[in-house]
Amino acid sequence: MSGYLVRRLIESALILLGITFVTFVLLYMVPADPARQIAGRSATAETVANIRDQLGLNDPLFVQYFRYLGNLLQGDMGRSYLQRAEVADLIAARLPASLLLMVSAIVTELILGLTIGVVAALRRNRPADHTLMIFSFVSISAPQFVIGILLLYVFAVQFGWLPIGGYGTFAHLILPSITLGFLGAGWYSRMMRSSMIDVLEQDFVRTARAKGLSRLHIITRHVMPNAILPVIAMIGIDIGLFMSGIVVVESVFGWPGIGQLAWQAIQRVDIPVIMGVTMVSATAIVLGNLIADLVAPLIDPRIKTK
Amino acid sequence: MKRNTFLAGVAGLALAAGGAFAQVNEDAPQGGEMVVTYQDDVATLDPAIGYDWQNWSMIKSLFDGLMGYEPGTTTLRNELAASHEISDDGMVHTFVLKDGIKFHNGREIIAEDVKYSLERVTDPKTRSPGAGFFGMIDGFDTWNAGEGDGLSGVEVIDDKTVQITLSRPDATFTHVMALNFASIVPREAVEASGEDFGREPVGSGAFRLAEWTPGQQVVFERFEDYHRAGVPKLDKVTFDIGLDPTVALLRLQNGDADVPGDGIPPAQFLQVMNNPEQADNVVEGGQLHTGYITLNTQMAPFDNVNVRKAMNMAINKDRIVQMINGRAVPANQPLPPSMPGYADDYEGYPFDPEAARAMLAEAGFPDGFTTELFVMNVDPNPRIAQAIQQDLSEIGVKVEIRSLAQSNVIAAGGEADQAPMIWSGGMAWIADFPDPSNFYGPILGCAGAVSGGWNWSWYCNKELDARAAEADAMADPALADEREEAWRSIYVDIMDDAPWVPVFNEQRFTLVSDRMAGDDSLFVDPVHIPVNYDYIYSVEAE
Repeated sequence: MSGYLVRRLIESALILLGITFVTFVLLYMVPADPARQIAGRSATAETVANIRDQLGLNDPLFVQYFRYLGNLLQGDMGRSYLQRAEVADLIAARLPASLLLMVSAIVTELILGLTIGVVAALRRNRPADHTLMIFSFVSISAPQFVIGILLLYVFAVQFGWLPIGGYGTFAHLILPSITLGFLGAGWYSRMMRSSMIDVLEQDFVRTARAKGLSRLHIITRHVMPNAILPVIAMIGIDIGLFMSGIVVVESVFGWPGIGQLAWQAIQRVDIPVIMGVTMVSATAIVLGNLIADLVAPLIDPRIKTK
Repeated sequence: MKRNTFLAGVAGLALAAGGAFAQVNEDAPQGGEMVVTYQDDVATLDPAIGYDWQNWSMIKSLFDGLMGYEPGTTTLRNELAASHEISDDGMVHTFVLKDGIKFHNGREIIAEDVKYSLERVTDPKTRSPGAGFFGMIDGFDTWNAGEGDGLSGVEVIDDKTVQITLSRPDATFTHVMALNFASIVPREAVEASGEDFGREPVGSGAFRLAEWTPGQQVVFERFEDYHRAGVPKLDKVTFDIGLDPTVALLRLQNGDADVPGDGIPPAQFLQVMNNPEQADNVVEGGQLHTGYITLNTQMAPFDNVNVRKAMNMAINKDRIVQMINGRAVPANQPLPPSMPGYADDYEGYPFDPEAARAMLAEAGFPDGFTTELFVMNVDPNPRIAQAIQQDLSEIGVKVEIRSLAQSNVIAAGGEADQAPMIWSGGMAWIADFPDPSNFYGPILGCAGAVSGGWNWSWYCNKELDARAAEADAMADPALADEREEAWRSIYVDIMDDAPWVPVFNEQRFTLVSDRMAGDDSLFVDPVHIPVNYDYIYSVEAE
């Protein structure tokens, strides 16, 4: 187990290293010149040259990359070109909000998705099943931006039950979590449904029924624990999905997370911030996958860690 | 120097319609508060660095310079200066500071602070996007190149008096001293904060920064020791950050916000204007903005002046204005109507596709040609590009639209051989200060026709450059009318060469809640976007 863990950690570190390189090269190749972006349209050629020089943008790609990497390894993510603040501070100020949103979205999607999946499986091919599956289709296909605005309009403006965007209280958290969890709820309900159906047809379920166990007992004790395993393993992988989702959801609800930060940085070619946010999200995704792989054998002994 | 703002396209320095003196109620009651919403986080509140439409007016309320503007107008007035004298040759400006003026940290402002502030903004280490504005100050070139130990043209005479010597007479100097970049900052606070001064600003403006929660809120509170009695009117201004403009509008309709800083979203514009209750709360004003198509004069076939003239006659500007719900007026010259120097009697090129086709044939393109139009990929710009494409296809010109991110369009425009045509929408010229010279240098003069420059037409007319320099040398206020006339003729002559197709001048529409009051001019203040935070008052304070 520990050998496996070490191997996976090394792999993860290599993946992250690869991501720094690819992102850095991509940003380097973008035709927009950050120095020009900082200098604004009033700048003379000398001013732009001076800024390029100060930021070290005249150095060859590899010199720039290794300098960045060296600083990164020492925990220095640099300063934002635009805000001039430490990138680490900018991200640290926003990370808790994003994590909170992500955790509550995971809870939302599991509650919604698993419930729908179980009900649909038990009512298989009946009207309830069809209705729920249509719902899950809609939730997978509807753009998060539209869902967010719609929820805001109905629950915050028309009914006035919840605040119109913002951050701070539990009430602020509800609509963004639902919006972000909606997509996943669709996936999970479909996954849970088919997983349940698979298990329901297994021999041991028939045996349990033959033993005369109650239907409720069979479902809660024998079917659900087995059906839920493949679904749980997905959560870690989900984090990548959330990372793209928060960019949209945070901007609709004015949620002060890293998605918002990333969006603004991209608009303004603020390379240190783009790099920083990319690294943080990549780390989260890599960790999510790692944890998913490590947890899977614990909840399902049939999976071996080799 | 004629330098300009890099405003991200929504609204910049605007001009109240007519530009007349406003009836600002200086005795309005004090008290109450205001909530302004924004989508983007505030980049910085450092006056030497902040250069976008959002922080521009926030910085104006936190900081003061020697010069400023009468609220709601483009009329210069003394701000921290008690008096301002110009030598006969226009080369030496002497400013005397007011008595008892203080920074937010309580320290009195002295002449040494003026010198420090001007040296800071022009110091290459500061990387200020506004450094170039100060090019007329003696000693700028060496100091800005990183040599010497200061800006030699700025001299402290005594604690109250500072003398600024120019290297050439320049009529725009007083406007430059009213720019945010010329704000006076306290050295001790700048040095204590270092690179974080933009997060911990200390100025001498009507408001001081009370709170800043990244991504959520910025709060200003009244500066009790402000040098103008009875100003500001409000106790507190709260900026709610991170709200999509559509959501911001919902908040305003719900009574949770007073001014949507990003304006009325285009998709909701008609809905707001068709609702009598809301339309009543919209204040409309002019803007020092022109949207235009650049024709690259160094790329075939736009190196032919008749082809450029034909373009000017082929575009249906009224239809484009209609497409954006009438939020603009059609343009026929580079300057917007509210800018001094605008030629009222100039008729421009008529919309006449027949004549355009004939002129193309005369220029040797009877069957038209194929070219590319670069455009920023944010609505409504791609739609406007399609309208241009359609208009040009009528005269046989086949246009391929290249819809790209803003920075990529800017990069293409800055290369001599990349972009035959660019629609300026979203990156268009908005003046930093209300002076006609502000529309020339970087976008139409030879200085801007360099790699990485903003003269995307790559138009360079040496004779006009000389006339522009001559006009700017008329620093004597008595020559103001003559100078304006000189600029007027320069812009009319530019149109003979037709490096641009001027398309429209955007109008500004500010939505305000019932809680806020003040003269209309304050809500479309030419210098403060979206509104003049210092003079607006709350009806709840009455």
